[in-house]
Amino acid sequence: MKSNDIILQTMTNVVLFIVLIFSIFIFFNGHHEPGGGFIGGLMTSSALVLLLLAYDLETVQRILPIDFKIVAAIGLLIAIGTGMGSFLFGEPFLSQTYDYYTFFVLGELELATALLFDIGVYLVVIGVTLTIIQTIGEDK
Amino acid sequence: MINILLNTSAVIISISIFVGLYRVVKGPSMPDRVIALDMIGINLISLVAVVSLILETTAFLEVVLLLGILAFIGTVAFAKFIEKGVVIERKRD
Repeated sequence: MKSNDIILQTMTNVVLFIVLIFSIFIFFNGHHEPGGGFIGGLMTSSALVLLLLAYDLETVQRILPIDFKIVAAIGLLIAIGTGMGSFLFGEPFLSQTYDYYTFFVLGELELATALLFDIGVYLVVIGVTLTIIQTIGEDK
Repeated sequence: MINILLNTSAVIISISIFVGLYRVVKGPSMPDRVIALDMIGINLISLVAVVSLILETTAFLEVVLLLGILAFIGTVAFAKFIEKGVVIERKRD
C-alpha cells in the first residue's frame, strides 16, 4: 500500500527544529529552574522519534550516521570524568564549584562545573532512548 | 473575583479530564481512545496554565510547551499505528 504522508513530512521539517531549540533551552535552564540534562535529552530524543515517525529507519540512519550506543558510552565517560576530576583538587567525588565570568557581548555569566556533568547525562539519555526505540521499532 | 473564576475553571477542567478518562477505559473502538487521550493532554495543558495563574508563578510555563509537544507526538504515533499497524518502518516504498 503506497502511502502519502506529505502533510506530516512537511510539518516535521519545521517542528523538528522548534523541538530541538526547545530542548537546548530546557537543558541550559536546568541549573536554577525546572529542566536539566535528563529532560533535555528526552526532548531531543522525542524530536528524533518524530523524524523516525515521518520518515523511515533507513532515511534517518542516512541523515544521522551515528551509532547511539557509542553516544551513550561517551556520555558516561564524560559524567564519570567530571566526577573524578574533583580528585585533582583534593575534593570528594562529584564535588562542584561555580564562578562568575564576564564575556565580551553577553555580560556577566555564571559558569558551573555541574554543566559538564549534565552534558554527560544528556548524551546518555539520548543514546539509551534511541537505542531502545530503534531496537524495538525494527520489524523483521 | 478572579480567584473564584480560576478555581471554578480548574474544577471544570478536572471534571473534563475524568470524562475523558471514562472514554479511554470504556471507548468501544480504538480511535475513540486515541482522541480521548489527546483530549486529556490538551486539558492537562490548560490545567497547568490555570494552576500557574493561581500560584502566580512562571515556573510551570515550560510544562505547557512540553506537554504540547509530547501529546502531539503521541497522537501522531497512535494514528500511524492504527492506519498501518507499524509505528517505525524499516524501508518506505
